[in-house]
Amino acid sequence: MTVPGSPSRRKFLAAALGGACTALLTGCDKLSNTQWFPKLLGTGEHLNRTAQGLLTSRKSMAQEFTEADLSPEFRSNGTDYPDDPAYRALAANQFADWALRVDGLVNRPGDFSLARLRSMRSRTQITRHDCVEGWSAIGKWTGVPLSEVLAVVQPQPQARYVVFHCADVMDDGDPYYESVDLDDAYHPQTILAYALNGKTLPIANGAPLRVRVERQLGYKMAKYVMRIELVNSFETIADGQGGYWEDRGYEWYAGI
Amino acid sequence: MGPDNKARGSASKPYRYPRHRLAVRIMHWVNVLAVTVLLMSGLQIFNAHAALYWGQSSYSGHPPVLQITTIRGSDGRPIGVTRVLGHEFRTTGVLGVSSTDGQPTARAFPAWATIPGPQWLAMGRRWHFFFAWVFFVNGALYVAYSVLTRHLNRDLLPTRDDWRSIGRSILDHLRLRHPTGEAARRYNVLQKLAYLAVMFALLPLILLMGLGMSPRLDSLWPGWVSVFGGRQAMRTLHFIIAWAIVLFVLVHVFEVIISGFWNNLRSMITGHYDVPAAPHDSSR
Repeated sequence: MTVPGSPSRRKFLAAALGGACTALLTGCDKLSNTQWFPKLLGTGEHLNRTAQGLLTSRKSMAQEFTEADLSPEFRSNGTDYPDDPAYRALAANQFADWALRVDGLVNRPGDFSLARLRSMRSRTQITRHDCVEGWSAIGKWTGVPLSEVLAVVQPQPQARYVVFHCADVMDDGDPYYESVDLDDAYHPQTILAYALNGKTLPIANGAPLRVRVERQLGYKMAKYVMRIELVNSFETIADGQGGYWEDRGYEWYAGI
Repeated sequence: MGPDNKARGSASKPYRYPRHRLAVRIMHWVNVLAVTVLLMSGLQIFNAHAALYWGQSSYSGHPPVLQITTIRGSDGRPIGVTRVLGHEFRTTGVLGVSSTDGQPTARAFPAWATIPGPQWLAMGRRWHFFFAWVFFVNGALYVAYSVLTRHLNRDLLPTRDDWRSIGRSILDHLRLRHPTGEAARRYNVLQKLAYLAVMFALLPLILLMGLGMSPRLDSLWPGWVSVFGGRQAMRTLHFIIAWAIVLFVLVHVFEVIISGFWNNLRSMITGHYDVPAAPHDSSR
């Protein structure tokens, strides 16, 4: 048995391997900063969405849990107290003067006070919140199904997306917003939550109202919702990708 | 280039034959690319929350099973700390604190191990999901090809003789002895079992564990994620299987190197393999 490779050959191999690794790394970083390559990689998002849509039904339900599974404390992520003075004034008065504005491509735009939302049919669900970063937490949410609010305002036939405009302005000065399609908007587990774990929704978790879209990642579940707008396309909103994080390269379809 | 060990008065002559078919060679190298990108973009994604848990949630009151973090030393300098099942290790330089452009930086896996290099979760996810599709389609094509061309039956499934020779094969591997003559044309039984375990256990499982982290696929059959211990358990298993695949690759590359590096490499590029001469070939 002979061991192949003389010392010079081995040295060459080691150098070649090291060179290949460095080239791979710089190459990948260069590609990540082009226009075309991330777009090509982005086709994975469409494949994910199509495949997941084929595998699961439009009304498939996310797993629900029991009180025993609740996380001791539901983690607050992103903004925990919006800076906006108008928001802080509303918060100082326990949101008694706050009202959710629902408009856009609807027949009957309207304003919904907290009292009105609380008087509508409610749904309570214990679900797992999955952050894009990788962690999960389990909380009990109570709120009004978005479908109930949509039934009041009557979306027009050309409406395709529901956009959530929020009170929190992020560190770079852009306001948070998000959007979902009508399948998710009318999903039974999509609720506008005003309570967490049986108590009034804390400000850190999005008071007075946050969205729950249980079959997508956490960044879809906008906090501090001030206005809901029905649109045909979100191209003209902010950078046009359908959400604050989407404008920063995250997938609009956050099913995985 | 000729074989390294020239026949010296042996009973059989060395010769060259076409070992790997074109389709297998292409799929092998596509897989190398996909697995490399998946591992490195996976570490990028891991870095966004550098802790692993058992169960559905990360906040169940139990400490993580694995955590890579950064603490400050008494002199204010960052120290990389890795905690595994309650044991704590100082891992400054590689895990927890590593050099980025010459600066000590707080990050779980170092920049040289992640795609992209800088902390950039959104871009890491793009790479990961695109190459997950490349990996899946390539793997599905390979399995279909192997079944249809009988590559699986002929070359990969252990024969009765293989099972009988398993003890000797283990000894041969430990002594770093490799077959010559006709026997070098076939995969040995440990090799076959390793390939089959990776192809039909590790790779499908890591895919499944990845899909188990999808909140949409969670709704496929509410409760299926609990079968595997919950979403955070599936994330942990995804991570463990990834390293099991890395271990396989290390052993695979080691065997490739010691059993005739250039010969093996050539056979996976051009297809041609030099059968080493067998001094005592029983067929002659």
